[in-house]
Amino acid sequence: MPTRHPDLTPHQTEALARELDELRGRTVAELGERDAEYIRRVIKTQRGLEVAGRGMLFVGFLPPAWLGGVAALSLSKILDNMEIGHNVMHGQYDWMKDPSLDSRRFEWDMACPADQWRYSHNYVHHTHTNVVGMDRDLGYGILRMSEDQPWRVRDLGNPIYATLMALLFQWGVAAHDLEVERIEAGEIKLSDKREILQAIWRKGRRQVLKDYVAFPVLAGPGAPFVLTGNLSANALRNVWSFMIIFCGHFPDGTHEFSEAEVEQETRGGWYVRQMLGSANLTGGRWFHILSGNLSHQIEHHLFPDLPAHRYGEIAVEVREICERYGLPYNAGSLRKQFGSVVKKICRLALPWSTGEQRADAPDADSEAGGPAEPELTLAA
Amino acid sequence: MTTSTTIRRPVAAARRLLRSPLVDLLFGPHGIDRYLELIRPDLTLHDARAEVTSVHRQTDRSVTLKLRPNAAWAGFRAGQCVSVGVEIDGVRRTRTYSPAGSEHGSDVALELTVTVHPQGLVSRHLQDSLRPGAMLHLGAAQGTFTLPHPRPERLVLISGGSGVTPVLSMLRTLCDEGHDGQIVFLHYARTAADWLYEPEVQALAACHPNLRLGYRATRERGNRSGRRGPHLTAAAIRALTGDPQGAHAAVCGPPSLVQSVRAIWARTDGGADRVLAETFTPPMVTVPGCRAEGRLRFLRSNRSVAVGTGTLLEQAESAGLAPQFGCRMGICHTCTCRKAAGAVRNVLTGQVSEAPDEDIQLCVSVPAGDVALEI
Repeated sequence: MPTRHPDLTPHQTEALARELDELRGRTVAELGERDAEYIRRVIKTQRGLEVAGRGMLFVGFLPPAWLGGVAALSLSKILDNMEIGHNVMHGQYDWMKDPSLDSRRFEWDMACPADQWRYSHNYVHHTHTNVVGMDRDLGYGILRMSEDQPWRVRDLGNPIYATLMALLFQWGVAAHDLEVERIEAGEIKLSDKREILQAIWRKGRRQVLKDYVAFPVLAGPGAPFVLTGNLSANALRNVWSFMIIFCGHFPDGTHEFSEAEVEQETRGGWYVRQMLGSANLTGGRWFHILSGNLSHQIEHHLFPDLPAHRYGEIAVEVREICERYGLPYNAGSLRKQFGSVVKKICRLALPWSTGEQRADAPDADSEAGGPAEPELTLAA
Repeated sequence: MTTSTTIRRPVAAARRLLRSPLVDLLFGPHGIDRYLELIRPDLTLHDARAEVTSVHRQTDRSVTLKLRPNAAWAGFRAGQCVSVGVEIDGVRRTRTYSPAGSEHGSDVALELTVTVHPQGLVSRHLQDSLRPGAMLHLGAAQGTFTLPHPRPERLVLISGGSGVTPVLSMLRTLCDEGHDGQIVFLHYARTAADWLYEPEVQALAACHPNLRLGYRATRERGNRSGRRGPHLTAAAIRALTGDPQGAHAAVCGPPSLVQSVRAIWARTDGGADRVLAETFTPPMVTVPGCRAEGRLRFLRSNRSVAVGTGTLLEQAESAGLAPQFGCRMGICHTCTCRKAAGAVRNVLTGQVSEAPDEDIQLCVSVPAGDVALEI
């Protein structure tokens, strides 16, 4: 059974779509100098942190320098991957017509080739958000993240897989397009993914050479400090981005959908699915920047190609719209949201965690717990 | 001299080092330019850029810029054009201009003269808001409107309005080369107040006896014919250069001027081969039997269809093309492609893209007249 949704008539769904389209149009019309300055300031900060971090690690035999270097380099990688890379590759800054911020050409400082990411994330995940069987981000083909995914014995390892995934997240993201679950099921062979593997090898090799060979060798006797520093920075970035991303769609109160529900879905229906399937994180200015503004996951899923630093402003209106239409607006602190994700990962490892068991899954996290009786018709 | 060479050598060595594969690996995946530009915007090794050193008005309807290109700038040949990018309200706007200086000129100066259109976003910005110190992006020089080798014995350089810049570049190049063949420089503008570079060309004529010049105003008050002033005629050419037989012509200006030159030269033996021409308002492509407006051209697939209904993606598909796409609702940007020319409207935002060479999303764009796409 799919999770229950608040009731909206087709007419209401279309009215909602018009309001959101209008909000989007107003924001697009305002884009200009301010947005360009913002992203360039973030880039300048990131590059500065990167150079400073690598510099400090070169004198990493001094413990404070090593710690400072790891901190600066992790922050650099987090900014590069999240507020810059993820957002630029969504086309959020394409309107600037700056080739270095062009969504189709951008590469980021991590193992996953940008081209593969653009396909699996921008298209597959953002179009089919939370549709079980279509959105491969629901567990990334490795974890059991929904009651609607049938339990298998290997799911007992859910918490272990999740921990490994958090530590090696950049490699998990890189392997995403290999569709290991389909290889495992015998639907396709590894050799069918030859081109994907080659691209991962080309990109991943350069990342490994840079962080674990070239920079350590350049440091001469300081090589161990640089190597361990780079390893730590990559791991910290991995764990942080895992936490933020797993809080986007898996906390309690987010909805999943069946393929039947999204057949002939209207634009309004798509908007509603994005709002019901996403969850926000609350926090301060720097928390939002370091999360790539994915803390505003609901706004990001409604408007994936609007500059993310505007989500905070847009959120005020989105929240108000949700209240008026009786739709839940799922927001909570990182501790609360991630806590519920961890619980879910552990609960779904067990065979008796079925959909029926959590039919009353609390919408307690949602700020507006609108009427939740009949099922929402998404295909209006 | 000694100081500059002693400085230049280590600088060149540093540049070579920064271009090495090791540096590319260390500064990957963004590349060294993305770091150097944060120190100073024109330190880039691969991206050609230029600093504006002066902005002045020769006439009311034009603005002349002097630029200092960085080391990544590979130079140009007289007559070629360069795409110039300038950021206006966060958006990089790119236009193509022909440098007016000699191709042998010092590498520290690039000179552009731009006609200012009352509704021109870029030209008005260049005239009103650009200040020395600003940074412009340069593309590689392009175009086949260049002087032939060996240099022609007799050459007539003809320009209309701001078409003066590439032919002036040819003139200055020939003067720098000490070319001793006969050169005629003939310029047309609406009024004498619109004449570009007249003092400079007069000065060149004063020290180059092989150069003759004619500046003409086509809409000057007092012309008996009213609006039509002395446009280009065979007689005008004859008066300045004698028989056009055997002479080369290089013409840059509106299509009507280019056509007149071609017509005059066509009457001479092998004359058509001796006309070099460039026009800055491209002629409309008309397909016989169809309206001139409302054609969709798919440049890479070499196909053209009449504008139908639906989005550009749908129309491309019904024309038998298979462009890349993803969500078909404007969110994933998989179908983004380059629009070479024409106007399209984004149905989500209502925004119209009119400038050539802009990226558009096929799945949420509809044509507004003729459109040429790079698919």
